[in-house]
This record gives sequence, structure tokens and C-alpha cells, in this order.
Amino acid sequence: MALETHAATGIHSLLWLLIALPLAGAATLLLGGRRTNQWGHLLATGIAFATFVLALMSFVKLAGFDEHARGAVDHLFTYLPVGGLEVKADLFLDPLSSAFTLLVTGVGTLVHVYSIGYMEHDAERRRFFAYLNLFLASMLLLVLAANYILVYVGWELVGVSSYLLIGFWSHKHSAATAAKKAFITNRVGDVGLSIAVVTIFVTFGTVAFDEVFANASRLSSGTATAICLLLLLGACAKSAQFPLHVWLPDAMEGPTPASALIHAATMVTAGVYLIARSHPLFEMSQTALNLVTAVGIVTVLIGGVIACVQDDIKKVLAYSTISQIGYMFLAVGMGPGAYPIAVFHLLTHGFFKALMFMGAGSVMHGLHDETDMRRMGALRKAMPITYITFLAGWLAIIGAPPFAGFFSKDQILETAFADGNYLLWVLGLLGAGITAFYMTRLMCMTFWGTSRVDKDVHAHESPSVMTVPLMVLAVLSVVGGAVLNLTPEGSLTHWLEPVFGHSEHAKSGVSPYILSVVTIAVVLVGAYTAKVMYLDRPVERTAPENVTPPVRWARKRLYFDSVYESVLMRPGQYLARALVFFDGRGIDGAVNGAAALVGGTSGRLRRVQTGYVRSYALGVAGGAMLLVAGLVLVAAR
Amino acid sequence: MTPWITLTMAIPAVGALAVAMAPRDNDELAKRIALGFSLAAFVTSLALLAAYDSGSDAVFQLVEDHPWIAQFGIHYKVGVDGIALAMVLLTTFLTPIVVLASWRQASRVKSFFALFLVLETAMVGVFCALDLFLFYVFFEAMLVPMYFLIGVYGGERRVYAAVKFFLYTLLAGLLMLVSILGLYFMSRRQAGAIGAGAEGTFDYERLLHLSISAGTAKVLFLGFFIAFAVKVPVFPFHTWLPDAHTEAPTGGSVVLAAVMLKIGTFGFLRYAIPLFPSAARYFATTMMVLGVVGIIYGSLVAMVQKDVKRLVAYTSVAHLGFIVLGIFAFTRQSGAGGVLYMVNHGLSTGALFLVIGFLYERRHTRLIEEYGGVQSVTPMLAGAFLIAGLSSLALPGLNGFVSEFLVLVGTFARHRVLGVVATLGIVLAALYILIAYQRTMTGPITNDATRQMPDLDLREKVVIAPVLMLILGLGVYPRPVLDLVNPAVDRMLDRVERHEPAPTLDRGTGADATVTIGEG
Repeated sequence: MALETHAATGIHSLLWLLIALPLAGAATLLLGGRRTNQWGHLLATGIAFATFVLALMSFVKLAGFDEHARGAVDHLFTYLPVGGLEVKADLFLDPLSSAFTLLVTGVGTLVHVYSIGYMEHDAERRRFFAYLNLFLASMLLLVLAANYILVYVGWELVGVSSYLLIGFWSHKHSAATAAKKAFITNRVGDVGLSIAVVTIFVTFGTVAFDEVFANASRLSSGTATAICLLLLLGACAKSAQFPLHVWLPDAMEGPTPASALIHAATMVTAGVYLIARSHPLFEMSQTALNLVTAVGIVTVLIGGVIACVQDDIKKVLAYSTISQIGYMFLAVGMGPGAYPIAVFHLLTHGFFKALMFMGAGSVMHGLHDETDMRRMGALRKAMPITYITFLAGWLAIIGAPPFAGFFSKDQILETAFADGNYLLWVLGLLGAGITAFYMTRLMCMTFWGTSRVDKDVHAHESPSVMTVPLMVLAVLSVVGGAVLNLTPEGSLTHWLEPVFGHSEHAKSGVSPYILSVVTIAVVLVGAYTAKVMYLDRPVERTAPENVTPPVRWARKRLYFDSVYESVLMRPGQYLARALVFFDGRGIDGAVNGAAALVGGTSGRLRRVQTGYVRSYALGVAGGAMLLVAGLVLVAAR
Repeated sequence: MTPWITLTMAIPAVGALAVAMAPRDNDELAKRIALGFSLAAFVTSLALLAAYDSGSDAVFQLVEDHPWIAQFGIHYKVGVDGIALAMVLLTTFLTPIVVLASWRQASRVKSFFALFLVLETAMVGVFCALDLFLFYVFFEAMLVPMYFLIGVYGGERRVYAAVKFFLYTLLAGLLMLVSILGLYFMSRRQAGAIGAGAEGTFDYERLLHLSISAGTAKVLFLGFFIAFAVKVPVFPFHTWLPDAHTEAPTGGSVVLAAVMLKIGTFGFLRYAIPLFPSAARYFATTMMVLGVVGIIYGSLVAMVQKDVKRLVAYTSVAHLGFIVLGIFAFTRQSGAGGVLYMVNHGLSTGALFLVIGFLYERRHTRLIEEYGGVQSVTPMLAGAFLIAGLSSLALPGLNGFVSEFLVLVGTFARHRVLGVVATLGIVLAALYILIAYQRTMTGPITNDATRQMPDLDLREKVVIAPVLMLILGLGVYPRPVLDLVNPAVDRMLDRVERHEPAPTLDRGTGADATVTIGEG
């Protein structure tokens, strides 16, 4: 039951505008310079909204097609024609990419609107909007690409947009370093992705999705495993999964709206997209699927544990994002029935995590850029809209029914249980409890309890240009899960069936309601523990020093950064320095030494090197004479 | 038929004379003459492109053939294939840019610009020559103007660098001369078989028909190999390059990196491989290993340089390693990628040296630690640096990616291990570029002199904009160059009897053959 694709018509033949418009916006703002300061942010926001309208119209048209004909290809031009490798610049809209374009342009537009207020006092606001538009174009290319090389192009371009946005305040040393770290870590993943793409070409003779997937069943399991593990390496870097998750917390150096869009809702979920898109390949290798699940569950726990001890509100959200994407990996690794659930959680997470990041930004806006939660507290009074909307995000992420996260996370745990994978289920449940703990801790320290805000800081609510996007996302966080899961025919799972195929949910002997009750009980325990520790007891304004070893380890980010530094970075630097020495003393030394030998004494060498052009002109003349002499000899024979 | 090639070669030479004859005290006029003639040469090279028919079966087009030294069968014979044409265009495109970039040259202005024009003539000649004697003359003639450009107009250690550059290339060139003479002697013995007169010939197309024993071929190949390996430079023949690049004036560094290094790889493609296909196959693995060593070694050494020009110089060792790898992997993708890489490296590294030149003119230092925070003072200069750097680290969407990816695809198809090791270069490239960008452009301003730096002026924008536009343009739409070079690469592969490996899925029946290491 393959998806039939056809050439794009009507609005679908304008898909290229989704990429061209924001690209043109970015170019105008960057090249236009200060002249565009007055209206640059409005242009960029207008363009973001236009892409959303275009994505929506394309979605409506796609939904109008017969279910199995929901695939439109917009051929632009031939990108790389070399021998058997013919890479076309083709855009591909199907139910999966359509869902992504809606998420990217929808959240993207809200983030643009929000940034008008958030970045108002930044002299470089125009440049910020240029980068946001550049990101939109790159991300839309990534999800619309019809072959692996074009995906790779989008993949790296979102990386560079992310680099530019993390390092936006690059006069700060920490921002510049974080930006570089993000790009380099992603390049490590790119090694995997490049070799995967190359292997796909060498194996299939093509990189186009339709041709590769049509032949996927002929793969040997060895090749399939190799390709999938390489893809997974790329996905781990981009989606900040164990063991390449280390760049995302540092990426919080970027302006908060960028974190909401790129490092929460969209770019970091690209790894999930890549695996879901490549599902015909992953289905050829159970090993690879198992590893995806393993990476997912390990990351759920690592991210959750570290999030529990963070005092910086953005860092809590960053580790939370790492952990939540872990759930998506966990789901996508569970095979055919669970792909749509992974995408489901990806969408709901997009809503509530973007909401909470922007809520955190609103808090920072009201507190003169304070991010330490130990200097917050009781903000519900000063910032009622931010508080209410954040509350919706909190309920959604901990999985309180009927908020968005309840549906998506519950389905993931339910599938793990139904597959008979009880260990996975228990660990996932533990993750849900940890999530409830650190998110409730965040609520207690930020919005509830007593105020620990500095006396000279007067907390205030943000302007409506910032709070309206919060309200929109809050509504989505409340109803998003239910709406996408309303009826079997109207559900996201059904919408994605042409892509992933139909598969019955595995049924277990235990009723899903009982499982839900168990989950809710665990969530309540987590939330209650946080309440006892951070609401019923006073929170100190500085982090306590006398803590238990696990807390100390978690504060050290479980030592990943330190290990990478001592195992990779330092030896690399030593090696490079050793090579420099070798280059100067070894190779060059040998050359100079050989020259000295030929010249007899080093004194004579020095004379040669005093560099009178005459002697070299003589050398050339000598060479020429040698040549002529040779020729004369030959001619004389 | 208009002799476009001869015109493209002659115009800069005439320009050099005109510059030299300009009134003694009028430097401004000399510069304008140089700019005018270099632009004229660019226009004739565009006419050359228009006259070239990439659909034609002819190996060389627009050939001009005139007897020169009759008793040795030496001809003035020039012509282009797609590869040579691409390199000629790169040369004529960059020369006016380099002239304009050097506008503030204050001392010995006339000879400075005359040398650049002479250099242009010699470089175009090297790419267009179809007679080995003529080729050798141009090859050695290139050295003289570059020697003076480094030795007279360079930095503090200019004399040392110039002499080193000169000696390396001259000695290596003499070995090539021996091989050329060897071919010439053989042409006299086999005169009948290859259609030459009894006086022998240096005609490239006739020498291709020589029958050469395997042993002789290896020896003669090595003569060409040494000459070109030094020029590229292939590890471990590279130590002249950091000194020459660093000490040369900006324009000299641009021309050295963008064009002169490519003469080495061009030499492999045009001479060493087609003249001695069996030897080329024999040495292919060695060459590829040297290429991969160059990638890793050059990148690591670049990463810890303190002098920003020296850093970029070592990145060239890495990039040229990719080109050598692509050429000797002998697949259509790797070959086309290698040739495209020659063009792209010219643009990206050319742009980097131009931007470093802008920095140097403002602060008169090349030390990375002297900079820092430049982005906040001169955003346009920093932006140009970043785009050039991203092109150098092969960011998709920019030109460098296309060529690097093609090299990796083509290499991997035959040589899994080498392909994988070379891929590690993409992490190292990100490291050396982003480290350089971070230390010079971002962070707090550490030196008060930085605060006084003006951003790019109109002349500098005109200098850098065309290069950046090509970097973007060829990144999105590389097809024009690929269409130009594909036929020439295919002919080279025919010559070495190497053809594209079939997709592994189609090789067996049913399930694919599992990934194998080594030859496919």
C-alpha cells in the first residue's frame, strides 16, 4: 500500500515559496542594513504568517485528495547531475511533511510576533528577525525535501541558523562558545548522516525517497543496520539525544524566542522526523529500532534527572526538552504502530514547550533578564497571564488529563506495555514521575510560594504582543491533544496512515484506563514530592552546598561534558600541537637538512637563502640551457 | 575564427607592457590600466566560454596550432577542454578582483601590477597549452612574477618564503622536464606510429598515442608527480606553502591559493594520468592515502595556528587533499567533485584571503590574538568572513558542499575506509573555521584599536561581492560547471579504464551484497 505521488498542481506548485519567501526576507534584512530597522521585523513576521497561510492552504488541498493519493511532488530543477547520481531539487508534500509545515510555520509565526516585543529594546532586532526567517526557510526545506541530499542541505542550514541565533549576543564569550559547541557537536552527527546518505547512494544508486523506499525490502539486514545506525547518529546530534545531548543546555545562551522555536518546538525534533521518514529502512533492522528505543529511554532519564537540580529556568526547560524528545525516540523505535504516536507527541510537545519557553522569556522580560529561579517566586500575582498560560503548559507536560501531553505520553507508555516490554514501560513511567517532579518544582519556585525577587526589581506583566502568542499556544496545549485524537477517522494517526501504513494497536490484557490511572498516580507522587520540598519548605536564595551525591552528580550534568573534554578535546589539542612541531622540525627540518647536505655546509645554504634574485635567474637560465643542450644532442643524432 | 585563447593570454601581457610604460609619477593611471586590461581578459574569456560547445565530441576545442621551433617539432598549440576552460575562467575572474583589492598598494606600484598581469598570462598559458614544451615554458614562467611578488612585496620573512617557494617549485619542475624530454625521445623513436615527423613532437595529443612500457611509465609518471605534488601541495611536500601564503601580499596569496595550487591538480588530470594510465592506476592508492593524510593533517595543524593567514594556508593542504582523493578515486562523482572543488576552493579560500587582507589593512597584524569582537564594529566584514568560512567548511547551500560531497560519494563507492576517514574532515573543518571566527570576530573587544576599524568601503564591497555571489550561486545551482567538466572527467576515466561501480543492490540477485571494504 504505497502512497501514490503525482506532480504538484495549483497551490502545491507554489511550495517553493515556503522556502523562497523567508529566504528573501532574510536577504532583504541582512543586505538592507540599518535602512530596514524600522520595518524589518514587520516584514519578517508578515512573511512567517504568509508561509503559515500557504502551508494551511496546501494542507487543505492535500486533505481533499483521495487518501492514497496524498503525495505531491514539486520539481524545481536538477541540482547535481553527475553520472548515475542525479539529485533533483524536488519538494514533497505528504501527510507527514504537511503536519510539519503547519507546526513549523504556525509556531514560527507566533514566535515572530512574540519577538517583536521581546527584542524591542535590542539594537540588533532586525538581524534577529533575519536569522529567524533564515531558520524558517531551512527548516521547511528539511521537511519538504524529497531526497536525502536535500534533507541534508536543510539539516545543515538549520544548524547554521541555530549557530547564528545561539551566538546572537556574540559579544558575550559564553554565547560565542555555546554556538560553536552546538555546531561542532552537530557536525559529529553529520559525519554519521553523510556516510548514511553516501551508503544509500552506493547501495540503491539513488537518494530519492520514493525509489529508495520502494527497494528497501531488498536490503540485507547488515546494510540496513549500518545505514540506520548512521542515520541515528545524525538524529542524536540534531535532537540532542544521548550521547550527543551536551550542546542543547548551552544553547540557552541564545535569545529565548529562538530557544522556543528552534531548541524546543521544531529543529530539535528533526531527528524524530528523519527516523520516521526513513521508516522503511528502519523496518529492515530490528537492531537499529531497538537501539533507537534504548537511546530514547536513556535520554528520558538522563534529561529528567539533570532537570531536577537546575536552578536556571531555561536550563530546566532545555533538559526537559532533551527528556521529552527521548520519549519521541522511544516511540519511534517501537515500530510501525508507534510512529504516529511519536509524531503526535512531537506536535503536542511543540505546543506546550514553545509555550513554556516563551513564558520563561516573559518572566525574564518582567525581571530584567533574571533566569535564576531562586530569585523568583510568587510571580502569579505580578504576571497573571504568563502564569495562567504557563499553568496550561505545566498541566500538559506532566500529562494531566485532558491536557495535550496526557494523550500523547499516555499512548507511548500504553504501546510499550502492550508490546510486552515491561521494563520500557516501568522506566517510561519513572520518567513521567521525574517530569512531574521537575516541572512542579519549576512552578513552585517561579510562580508559587513567596517572592524572593530582588527589592529593586519590579516584576511586571509583558505587553500583549508577547502574551497573545502565549494565549494561542495555551489553548493548543489544553485542547491540542484531544482534538488530534477525537475520533478514529479524525485522528492524527489516521491522517498519517498513507505514510506509515495501517496497523492495529497491539492489545494487552490490561485495560488502557487502568494504565492511565497508574500513570496519573505516578505523576501525582512526583508532583507532590516537589510541592513538599519546594512549596512547603522555604527555598533558599542560593543553592545549598551540602547535598547528597546524586544531586552533586546531576549538577555536574552527570559528567558528560567533563569526560568529552578530557577524552576528546585535550588529546586532540595535544595531537595538533605535536603535529605542528613535527611540521616545523620534522618535515621542514629534513628538507633544510637535505639542502644543507647538498650544499656542503650550512653556511653555504644561508648564502643561497640570502635571496639575490640574480642567482635564481641564473638557475632558471641554467635550466633552460640544459633543456636546449638536451634538444641539440637529440637533434644531432 | 577569432583566436579567443591567444587573445585572453595576450591582453594581460600587453597590459603589463602598458603599465610599465605609464608615466613614472602616475600610479593611479597604472592601476587603472591594469584593471582595464584584466577586465578585458575576463571579457575575452567569457567569449571563449560562449564559443565553447559542451555538447561537442571534440576533446579540445578552439585549438590554435602554429609551428614554433620546427627542428624539434615544437608548436604553439593551445586549446581547451571543460576542465581547462573552468580554470581559465577562474583565473580571469579573480585577476581584476585581485587588482582592485590591491588598490592601496603604495610602493613600487607599477611593477606590482605589471607582475600580476604577467602572472595571469602565464597561468592562462599553463591551462591552455597543448604542447608540452609550451606548457613547461609557461609553468616555469609563472614562478618569476610570483617570486618577486612574495620577495619584494611580502611580509617580514618574505625573502625566506620567496626563496623556499622558488627552490621547491624549480627543482620539482626540473624533474618534470626530464620526463617531458623522455617523452620527446620516445616520440622520435615511435614517430611513425604516432603520426609525428622524424624531428619528434611535443604535441600532447600525439604523445597520448605513445606505447610506453610499464616500468618506463612509472618512472616518467614520477617526474610529473613530483612537480605537481609540490605544486598542489601533497603531503609531505607542503612546507613551502604556509610560508609563501603567509608572507605574500594579499593579492599574491589569493592567486597562489585560488589558481596556482590548482595547476598541480590540473597537471595530474591533464598530464600525469592520461599519459601514463597504467602507472596512475598503480600509484592511485598511494595518492589517495596521501590525500586523506593531507585532509586530517592539514586540518589539525590549521586548528592551532596563531597567525590567521597561516591557518588558512594549512586549510588549503586539507582541501587539496580532498581534490587529490577525488581525482585518484577514479569514479565519475569523485572526479567531477575534484574538479569542481578546484573552482570552489579558489572562490572560498580566495574570499578568505581577501577578507584577511581587509583586516590586515586596518590593523597591520595577522595574529589572531590581536583581534576579537570585530563583528560588533564591522558587521559586514565579519559577515563576509563568515560566508567565506562556511563555504570553506562545506556548508550545504554554498559551493564547497557540492564538491566535497561528490568527492566523498565517489570515493566511498570504491574505497570505504578512505571515504570514512575523509568524512572526519568535516568535523575538523568546522573546528578550524569556527575557532578562527570566534577568536577574531566574536567575544568582547580586547584591543582598543579594533574599536576604530571602519567597515567595508565601496571598493572593498565591489571586491568581495562577486566572489560571495558565486559562492552562493554555485552552491544552489552547480550544474553549469558540472556540465562543463563531466565530459572531460569521463574521458580521463576511459583513459584509465575505470568505470562507475553499479549500485550494490543491483550487483547480485535478491539481497544486496554486504558492504565490502576496499575495491568494489
